[in-house]
Amino acid sequence: MTATAVLLRRPVGTLAAIVLVLLVLVAIFAPALSPYDPLTQSVMQANLAPSAAHWFGTDQFGRDVFSRVLTGTRSSLLLGTISPAIAAIAGCALGILGGYFGGVTDRVVGRAIDLLLCFPELLLGILVSAALGPGFWELVAALGLAFLPRFARIARASTLSVRREPYIEASLSVGCRHALVIWRHVLPNVSGPIMVVLTLWVATAIRLEATLSFLGLGTQAPAPSWGNIIRDGLNNLFGSPWPIISAGIAISVTVLAFNLFGDAVRDLLDVELDE
Amino acid sequence: MTPLLQVRDLVVEFRFRRATIRAVDGLDLDLDASGTLGIVGESGSGKSMASLAIMRLLPQPAGRVAQGSIIFEGRDLLALKASAMPAIRGRDIAMIFQEPMSALNPVMRVGDQITEALHLHERIGSAQAHARVMEMLELVGIPAPAERAYAYSHQLSGGMRQRVMIAMALICRPKLLIADEPTTALDVTIQSQVLDLLKRLRRTLGTATLIISHDMGVIADVAERVVVMYGGRVMETADRATLFRDPRHPYTRGLLAAIPRLRDHRRRLHQIPGSVRPAGPPRPGCPFAPRCDLARPVCAEQDPPRIVLGEGHIAACWAVAEAVS
Amino acid sequence: MLRTIGQRLADSVPTLLLVVTLVFLALRLLPGDPALVALGENATPDQLDLFRHRMGLDIPLWRQYLVFLKDLATLNFGTSFMNQIPILDLLAASLPYTLALTAAATAVGVALGVPLGVLAATRRGRTADTVARLLALLGFTVPDFYLAALLLIWLALGWGWFPINGLGESLPDQLYHLVLPAVTLGVVKAAFISRLTRSALLDVLGRDYVRTAWAKGAQAGRVIYRHALRNALLPVATGLSVSILSTLSGSVAIELIFGRPGLGSLLIGAIETRDYPVIQADLVVFAVLVVAVNLAMDLLAVAIDPRLRT
Ligand SMILES: Nc1ncnc2c1ncn2[C@@H]1O[C@H](COP(=O)(O)OP(=O)(O)OP(=O)(O)O)[C@@H](O)[C@H]1O
Ligand SMILES: [Mg+2]
Repeated sequence: MTATAVLLRRPVGTLAAIVLVLLVLVAIFAPALSPYDPLTQSVMQANLAPSAAHWFGTDQFGRDVFSRVLTGTRSSLLLGTISPAIAAIAGCALGILGGYFGGVTDRVVGRAIDLLLCFPELLLGILVSAALGPGFWELVAALGLAFLPRFARIARASTLSVRREPYIEASLSVGCRHALVIWRHVLPNVSGPIMVVLTLWVATAIRLEATLSFLGLGTQAPAPSWGNIIRDGLNNLFGSPWPIISAGIAISVTVLAFNLFGDAVRDLLDVELDE
Repeated sequence: MTPLLQVRDLVVEFRFRRATIRAVDGLDLDLDASGTLGIVGESGSGKSMASLAIMRLLPQPAGRVAQGSIIFEGRDLLALKASAMPAIRGRDIAMIFQEPMSALNPVMRVGDQITEALHLHERIGSAQAHARVMEMLELVGIPAPAERAYAYSHQLSGGMRQRVMIAMALICRPKLLIADEPTTALDVTIQSQVLDLLKRLRRTLGTATLIISHDMGVIADVAERVVVMYGGRVMETADRATLFRDPRHPYTRGLLAAIPRLRDHRRRLHQIPGSVRPAGPPRPGCPFAPRCDLARPVCAEQDPPRIVLGEGHIAACWAVAEAVS
Repeated sequence: MLRTIGQRLADSVPTLLLVVTLVFLALRLLPGDPALVALGENATPDQLDLFRHRMGLDIPLWRQYLVFLKDLATLNFGTSFMNQIPILDLLAASLPYTLALTAAATAVGVALGVPLGVLAATRRGRTADTVARLLALLGFTVPDFYLAALLLIWLALGWGWFPINGLGESLPDQLYHLVLPAVTLGVVKAAFISRLTRSALLDVLGRDYVRTAWAKGAQAGRVIYRHALRNALLPVATGLSVSILSTLSGSVAIELIFGRPGLGSLLIGAIETRDYPVIQADLVVFAVLVVAVNLAMDLLAVAIDPRLRT
């Protein structure tokens, strides 16, 4: 099947992919694309409605909302991709550890995963950021920890199923080290299902980052992020609804694009997951 | 005697976007009131689809009757509106299934499931309904029916579950009972108990029975007339005595030779070579030809003729046709 | 039945212990120094020491843990740093509102989601199915706090249909104030529940016992509602606990938007003012609620499915 055929068969996924590429470009070139400095305040220009000069209007401090939303793309995409990626790596390590070695290790890992899975991601995120305080890496840790048990569960399940394959025993009996067996046989089997859910979790991570920022636990003012633009907008409801509306659309479009792209990836790889 | 059920040239197909699968191809059945008819054939020969077609319960959305008629008490069921079927199902025609475990609702007490069947078709007070259900449970040989009625299906043994299914099917005194492999999922001893029960109930209630099995022994035990099916088609039809004494179709002979007999245990059990081909798109020729010892070129190309060999004894086979002429 | 309930209750005790331990450890073992987080970068070493002493953070961890458990068992949460109010009072003042909001949102979600899921399953590929699919996409895409802000802007601010914030005085007024927050959370929840119901029902409709129900002569409505749905609700009940928990944590943001008191508002306020003991107590209550919801849904499953009873 040629590339065009793939694209034509999945117009929605293709569209989502295009949107994602555009978003990445926006994030990279945000400073160049922004008509104004996202932090510069101007009391005279406060609470303007959208116009040719200010596409999304201005907020209560007279900052250009369009520029702020563009800049917000950076923290959203950065945090939204780094945190699940780290969670995936750590989760895989944990899940493989439990699934591969079994016994007490697995019971501890399994119980820990179950325990963390009881908690909704947002609550784990709040818990960790309350303990760590604000900051970029603190936020990465909070988001990452929220997703870790979900990845660990998938990794553990896939590991358990490969572990029973006869060729694992065979490899071990001819003297392969555990590390080599994991690298050669377990990891490839685990990475498939993980890759499939990764894009979907990016969507969730972006939503979660926005929520934490909205709660004041994420990206800290005055640096703009979609979540805290909405928070600022809420304090200025009678001034102008436009910051809320624009930042919310940005979140929704991004999350939607990642969701649809993730669905397309999943269909394409045709992996059945019991999610 | 007017026939109770008359199926003519029944064709059941599954239509998918790319392919059509023909599960039943030109089936004829005749069953008199209070008679018993057996359908026998290997797995995948279309027995279940034929019986579900009679109930108009083919798997949706793909399954459909493409052709034929199902005359029940003079009415063509296929011509009825879909909304008319619930009044017939359970009241005139009842059905029991192969897997009594999965065929009973796991979250309803079995007594309630039987009572529901009664209430669906009769206006009857609850005390009276209860009495009827108890009577029925006793009839199908369930000890301590008042207690068992409160059980859930997972609390009963396989045999008990199938008895419950039978009670549920017969509670409205249907004219026709379709039993689709009623004993296949049961232990051998339980099997014969359930078969005895079915025979006894047929005698006492006079319910006509269409019994389906892949087991010639079961058919020999219960059915007065037998239809042998393979690949969706009828291979041979005869009354029981004729079929067992004088089978003519190579497939029937193969099936009979495969029955273990106690007396001559030294003889090796015959096996029909090859395996059943899954149903596919309609094609001409005899479906059994690839596995048949007597196959000749014509078998794969043209539908075999139906040779009448005697009173109600028909075989569809080129080899039989040659032997007769 | 009673034995099963007792069994499940007993099973949840260790889980309860584990989740509160998790909160305890998270606040102490994660790299952040509570004293530093609470007092800020500019605190002097003396201030930090004083803080640690008042919080009992200067004794060995295992003794801290024992004190923590003892305080928990005696419901002795201490007093707030900010205003010296007993934390138990703060919690007691917040908990009912969070529970009311979560319950109302769950009611909206179930009342909307289950019928929609049934329609989507029984009219596969038709309008109801499409509507359900779009709603699900909306629910997975639009963050609840954004939806809340939009509803606030349009329905409360723009059209004046609903109060903008607060709790209300009389009971009807309180319910009136509850509508927008509950609907916001409920719609998001309905998206999830309708998907869940749809797939569970589609699965069940193909089961043998559903065929048996048809074979008895039951009409479509009876087959779907009496035979299939009850079985389909089993996976829905399991999913519902996930959904209720996410509503519970989602209520943190919603309370903030609609200016409602609650565990979430309390927590966020405490984090902003670095009111460490309140943060800990609030998180412990959330953890207990997590266990309670899981237990409740477990018991619901037992009520639905006799096979789960011992
Ligand atoms: N839902 C379906 N979709 C497509 N094909 C089907 C479906 N159900 C049955 N078939 C096909 O119809 C053919 C006849 O099936 P049927 O269940 O009637 O066989 P059977 O004689 O009852 O076999 P068994 O002894 O296993 O019950 C089979 O070859 C099967 O592949
Ligand atoms: Mg069958």
